[in-house]
Amino acid sequence: MSEPKTEIIETDLLVIGGGTGGPMAAIKAKEANPKLRVVLMEKANVKRSGAISMGMDGLNNAVVPGYATPEQYVKEITVANDGIVNQKAVMAYATGSFPMIQYLDKLGVKFEKDGSGEYNMRKVHHMGTYVLPMPEGHNVKKVLYRQLRRLQVAVTNRYMATRLLKGADGRIAGAVGVNTRTSEFLVVKAKAVILACGAAGRLGLPASGYMFGTYENAANCGDGYAMAYHAGAELANLECYQINPLIKDYNGPSCAYVTGPFGGFTANNKGDRFIECDYWSGQMMLEFWRELQSGNGPVYLKMDHLAEETISEIETILHTNERPSRGRFHERRGNDYRKQPVEMHISEIGFCSGHSASGVAVDEFARTTVPGLYAVGDMASVPHNYMLGAFVNGGIAGADAAEYCANVDLAAHDEGHLAAEKERVLAPTRREDGLTPHEMEFKTRRLVNDYLEPPKVTAKMRIGQRRFAEIRDDLSALCARDPHELLRALEMQTILDCADMAAAASLYRTESRWGFYHLRVDHPETNDDEWFCHTALYKDENGQMAHAKRAVDPYIVPVEADEMAAYHQLRVKTPAAAE
Amino acid sequence: MPIITHAKSAAVVIDDAKCIAEKGCTVCVDVCPLDILAIDEGRQKAFMKYDECWYCMPCEADCPTGAVKVNIPYLLR
Repeated sequence: MSEPKTEIIETDLLVIGGGTGGPMAAIKAKEANPKLRVVLMEKANVKRSGAISMGMDGLNNAVVPGYATPEQYVKEITVANDGIVNQKAVMAYATGSFPMIQYLDKLGVKFEKDGSGEYNMRKVHHMGTYVLPMPEGHNVKKVLYRQLRRLQVAVTNRYMATRLLKGADGRIAGAVGVNTRTSEFLVVKAKAVILACGAAGRLGLPASGYMFGTYENAANCGDGYAMAYHAGAELANLECYQINPLIKDYNGPSCAYVTGPFGGFTANNKGDRFIECDYWSGQMMLEFWRELQSGNGPVYLKMDHLAEETISEIETILHTNERPSRGRFHERRGNDYRKQPVEMHISEIGFCSGHSASGVAVDEFARTTVPGLYAVGDMASVPHNYMLGAFVNGGIAGADAAEYCANVDLAAHDEGHLAAEKERVLAPTRREDGLTPHEMEFKTRRLVNDYLEPPKVTAKMRIGQRRFAEIRDDLSALCARDPHELLRALEMQTILDCADMAAAASLYRTESRWGFYHLRVDHPETNDDEWFCHTALYKDENGQMAHAKRAVDPYIVPVEADEMAAYHQLRVKTPAAAE
Repeated sequence: MPIITHAKSAAVVIDDAKCIAEKGCTVCVDVCPLDILAIDEGRQKAFMKYDECWYCMPCEADCPTGAVKVNIPYLLR
């Protein structure tokens, strides 16, 4: 390849990631200040990128007046996370939840309503009622795109951001992007940057062996986590992995949130219910895993007892929204919800605060620990945030960043850092032969499965770290023969960074917490005396991975001790399965 | 080490008779989140170039002529 060109542009606010939270951040920044220059950088195409490329089948965490209060929601999420939450950030989400639903409704996103036009809320969580179906939720991305155009947000598609740039004073100064089809650089100088790059969904390897058969959109491979880490931001509670109960092999949601309110439930091979609540918590996943270990598996999602019209309605929702190809998967297998239950399994691991709590540490304004840098959505540390949380926190970040930009100048980035980053990016293109991005990614992810999956064993995780270090040495042989291979080569390095972070974070917290998400065989008890705290992982001044404990801020919504245990009693009280 | 190639079956299938890439259409290529589709320069038809499909289906849903079919990749079918 000849040496790719570099274009340098200047803006006020750069939003990286055009999926869910990113577009809403750009929209709300523009609404706060129409004169603000906003650039939205996207690795794919904003029209169809991110976790909701085909829409969404429902809101999982809607705080709607008459069904739940923000205080109830904050309490529920505090309990579901064993108390380790920043309640202010959860409260910022909860109070923004209903206004955001109304805003999306006004823009044209369709939510299920009853005959009198009220939102048709359903119960799935252990305590409150937060689920709002979206049987016609397939147009969310179109609605967002229309609003981005209306507000004249500048969109750059097919640029992968690779590193953040900082000024001498530690403030954010912009980011480096590389075009995924030409390998040309785009350097965006910005006063503030909002990271909205989604989950680290390509961390473990799916059991099928198909590298892109992930739960998350496979483009969401942890770029935001890696960029925040290299910029010196703190990441919180990464040991609280994302692990989901999914349709076996298809590796997508089945989805209990949709089917639960209609009477579907998770069952063992005898057709019996074994958990009281299908809400995706670490404790629920632990009971799921125990059921598989006990010989009562497979675990199924059971719907064959439901009436025909109910099943038809479920099929319409599940096979036209979010992951419509699940209908095609079932058809080819001969799976019919009417005749047999759907076989489920436990997914590979990832980072995703959307469903767990592992993310870049943010406060209630979505600010990270680096001045001028924000994080939102699946990659930010507000737990169990789902799609609506990405919208709400994206909006919060956009409005806050607009105000921040009004009061600061552009920071000057370090030219030496930019030159070094360009050289790092291009290194795999300088080689004629060597190791391919696919095989290096496959091996990294296979080792993640072998050594990092719960139940977490100290000795195994240490072997994992040694093997990741060997792969890091092998990066000197990584070869990319065209821009597409370079995209995968850069993603592979992101995945390796996330694998190192997952191992280090898991080793640091020497207790068990969050059910299956952080089940440590060598430290099986929950130890509130020493570990009732957030863990922070960051790159120290010597470039080494470092850790610290961060206190849980005093609660703004008190939780009684007996309430705190609510999610610990999810197993149905029938003869217990052997362990 | 020298790099070798290795054959894979394509999960995304394009009906050449319906594909209008020769008229300048690139919709399926544009919307793919994984950037795995391309236009064959000789035949002027879309095709699946990389075995990196998330079976998400924007390519099929957005194709103006219904030329694209997303099958579940064989490994997880």
